[in-house]
Amino acid sequence: MYGKYTVKDTLQENRIFLSRIVTAFVFIVLLMLGLIVRLVYLQIVGHEHYATMAKDNRIKVVPLQPTRGIIYDRKGRILAENLPSYSLELIPEQVKDLEETLGRLQSLLGISPEQIEQFHKVRKRQKSFSSAPLLLRLSDEEVAKFAAVRPYFPGVDIHARLVRHYPYKALTSHVIGYVGRINEQELKILPVEEYRGTHHVGKIGVEKTYESQLHGNTGYAEIETNAQGRSVNSVDTHDPIPGANLTLTLDIDLQKTAYDALEGYNGSAVALSVPDGDVLVMASRPGFDPNPFVYGISRKAYTALQTSDDQPLFHRSLRGQYPPGSTMKPFIGLAGLEYKATDAEHKLFCPGFYQLPNVSHRFRDWKKWGHGMVNLDQAITQSCDVYFYDLALTLGISRMHEFLSKFGFGQKTGIDLVGELGGLLPSKEWKKRVKKQSWYHGETLITGIGQGFMQVTPLQLARATATLANRGAVITPLLVKRIVDQQQETVQTADTSEKISLKQHNLDDVFRAMTHVVHGARGTARRLAKGIDYQIAGKTGTAQVFTVKQEEEYNEDEIADKLKDHALFMAFAPAHNPQIAVAVIVENGGHGGSVAAPIAGKIIRQYLQSLKVENETGNS
Amino acid sequence: MKQETRSEHFSPPSLIGALLRKLHIDIPLFVSLALICLLSFLVLYSAGGQETGLLVRQAMRIGVAFVFMTLLAHVNPNQFKRHSLLLFSIGVILLVAVLLVGDVGKGAQRWLNLGFFRFQPSEMIKITAPMMIAWYLSEYSLPPKFKQICVAAILIVVPTVLIAKQPDLGTSLLVASSGAAVLFFSGLSWRLILAIITLLASLTPVLWHFMRDYQKGRVLTFLNPEADPMGRGYHIIQSKIAIGSGGINGKGWLGSTQAQLDFLPESSTDFIFAVFAEEFGLSGCLGLLILYLLIISRCLYIAVQAQDTYSRLLAGSLTFTFFVYVFVNIGMVIGILPVVGVPLPLMSYGGTSMVTLMAGFGILMSIHTHRKFLPT
Repeated sequence: MYGKYTVKDTLQENRIFLSRIVTAFVFIVLLMLGLIVRLVYLQIVGHEHYATMAKDNRIKVVPLQPTRGIIYDRKGRILAENLPSYSLELIPEQVKDLEETLGRLQSLLGISPEQIEQFHKVRKRQKSFSSAPLLLRLSDEEVAKFAAVRPYFPGVDIHARLVRHYPYKALTSHVIGYVGRINEQELKILPVEEYRGTHHVGKIGVEKTYESQLHGNTGYAEIETNAQGRSVNSVDTHDPIPGANLTLTLDIDLQKTAYDALEGYNGSAVALSVPDGDVLVMASRPGFDPNPFVYGISRKAYTALQTSDDQPLFHRSLRGQYPPGSTMKPFIGLAGLEYKATDAEHKLFCPGFYQLPNVSHRFRDWKKWGHGMVNLDQAITQSCDVYFYDLALTLGISRMHEFLSKFGFGQKTGIDLVGELGGLLPSKEWKKRVKKQSWYHGETLITGIGQGFMQVTPLQLARATATLANRGAVITPLLVKRIVDQQQETVQTADTSEKISLKQHNLDDVFRAMTHVVHGARGTARRLAKGIDYQIAGKTGTAQVFTVKQEEEYNEDEIADKLKDHALFMAFAPAHNPQIAVAVIVENGGHGGSVAAPIAGKIIRQYLQSLKVENETGNS
Repeated sequence: MKQETRSEHFSPPSLIGALLRKLHIDIPLFVSLALICLLSFLVLYSAGGQETGLLVRQAMRIGVAFVFMTLLAHVNPNQFKRHSLLLFSIGVILLVAVLLVGDVGKGAQRWLNLGFFRFQPSEMIKITAPMMIAWYLSEYSLPPKFKQICVAAILIVVPTVLIAKQPDLGTSLLVASSGAAVLFFSGLSWRLILAIITLLASLTPVLWHFMRDYQKGRVLTFLNPEADPMGRGYHIIQSKIAIGSGGINGKGWLGSTQAQLDFLPESSTDFIFAVFAEEFGLSGCLGLLILYLLIISRCLYIAVQAQDTYSRLLAGSLTFTFFVYVFVNIGMVIGILPVVGVPLPLMSYGGTSMVTLMAGFGILMSIHTHRKFLPT
């Protein structure tokens, strides 16, 4: 290259170079203008849009969960509370070797592979700086164990959370119910804003019925976050409003007495305070421990509860529908008196069976050889079926339906508890509508002794008994007495405005007969009378489970043990100044007088004793 | 009175001016460069989470870069010319070495570990490639003939491809444009320029074929950033949010929520302009662009004043490359160009590119201050 000599036209070169520099300058200025146009577009035209996006980016609203209200019994004892529960949690970001740490923890605290798996599931769903629970519900011993070696486990710590706890476990499982994790269906129904920070919702019982009061109001904190979602600082905080505390009408001591008395049986006992409809007892046995439901019960345990023959998940007091049997006799008897279908003096010969004219079928009395000559008082006291077959036929199904309806049979009681069933009070119209058949006289007869189509819940029977004891003043059972939130205290009272007009002397006749059931020499529940200085008015019942009764071919051998008669008892006391009304149903318990009546007796005795103590201390 | 005149004579500004002249430093260029560097301190402090350690490191780099600039400004341009071939050859050899034994950083082989310090040969080639081409073309009369254009094209393509293979699309683009700029300033005919542009455009599908997946992804993301807001489009969307939310007057210094809260990735390096735009708004952006334009104008003035062909071509090319830097980076940050790893000159945090840029300015100063017939 150096060997070659070229003549350079310097002037020409200068000219070209200058023009190129100018061109480049113009080009550069034009491109810079292009940048400016774009900047104007972003910063002026799009400013509002991008400013909004920037704000959305950084401010995150974090819900603050309110503390759920506490549930007390009528004497202030805690039935549902929030306990701190210790959990072992791990922040993946702060753990160097996750597998190694988990291994060490496993040998220290005995964590199962399933728990490890569950931990990994949670961990993968969230950011690595969020803590993921490894072990829930640590025992004090486990807490102490870990606390001693904590320095060797960076990133692992014990956290306390408030967890719903039901100290009386099975005793209150149905009435109080429980809270559980919100499921997808509930997610659709629940107000989204209110449940932002809440993981649990009432599933059954009072927890569900009073969900909105117990839940409280969710607060929120506006938190400035960075791109990873880590909070940087909180901008604005609105504290949550804790849920209202509830005081129930339930008496946990009585509840325990009832539940314990039902031991060995499946059944229910409901006791109402006669003057005001307070639900003193609402026991359903067997119950179950509701606490595992709060954490999420294992599938295995849940299946076991669901498939158990004893049906522990079934709230018998509220949803169990049983033939009332002879417990209907005081009501039918009163109907007979009110409609003048009979009177206190009217007597009937009971041969042990009853026959309709021109029909060969014999409607049997429970006493094969009959009760002989009986009047209404004796018929109730001895529970003579034949007398009531005859009375039922005289009354007719329509009048029986009309009269029993007034006592709330066939309708929901209106208790403040979700899931109630209304039983069944048959009528001609009902049979036509549902069964598409006309009514038979035989069906009238058996309705007279509480058999056939008729079904009642223990709660209905208790309410009807209380209404009877109240001389016709209809009471509505009430479970939650007081609702106390931050602003106010609401006292709920039962509606007692409705009154059935009944003649006092008719009521006296029936009351007397019912008192004879317990205190008479031939009363079916005479064992109850021992050792009490007041009178109990009651009526036993023994209900046949199988409704094949009408069929003439009835083979007793084929009936399984599970289809044995239900034992029932309804009562109020003291007979002359009723304070408490009780209904007890023991499934397949046999005779009402021997099985159901003693349970009711225990409840009555304990309640009246406590009232006496209260009065004495109140007076002094 | 006498004392006053004396003090005026020895006034500090004139003293510093004399010192700078002695150091072969061009004052207007030096002042505007220093201004941008000061601005970069402000923005880096904010973008880097108000960490002074970051500033100290950047200050040390700037210091090194200014020293390097001063050293090069001292060198006579003839020395550059004489050693162009040697420096270029070393650069190419190092580029090959990097592909064979280089360190991998962020998924690309760019670094050569010299034991005591890691070195990016592609940075060196940014300067030596235009030197080489300028030297080669200046040996002939301009405008260049076809043969010379072909040789120049090879001199451009070889380092460009070597760098693209690392892969470092941004730098290869800068190297290619610096070479092309030399050709442009040498007086390449407009017909040929048009023909080359057409050829390159028609080669785009071929280029696409040779691109790595992530490079293809960047281009696709550029075309439609909202398609993948949490993935590849994230940079661009967050950057646009930062800039747009800045508005006319910005959120004020340290007021950038996008960068402070880490929404904006690479906020102190490639995307620092977004932080600047968020905090200082459109008015700040205009100011910064004017500052850049001032530097470019001064450099083009230096190129025009240069006294030999080699100096002119080199000065013109270095200036143009500087502009490409600015344009590609800002264009990428404001979403009108695909994301390529090009820092914003003098503003972005990072060492190597800073040293290269200042070396370029050192050469420009050398060209300007070593003229034989200084105008009076």
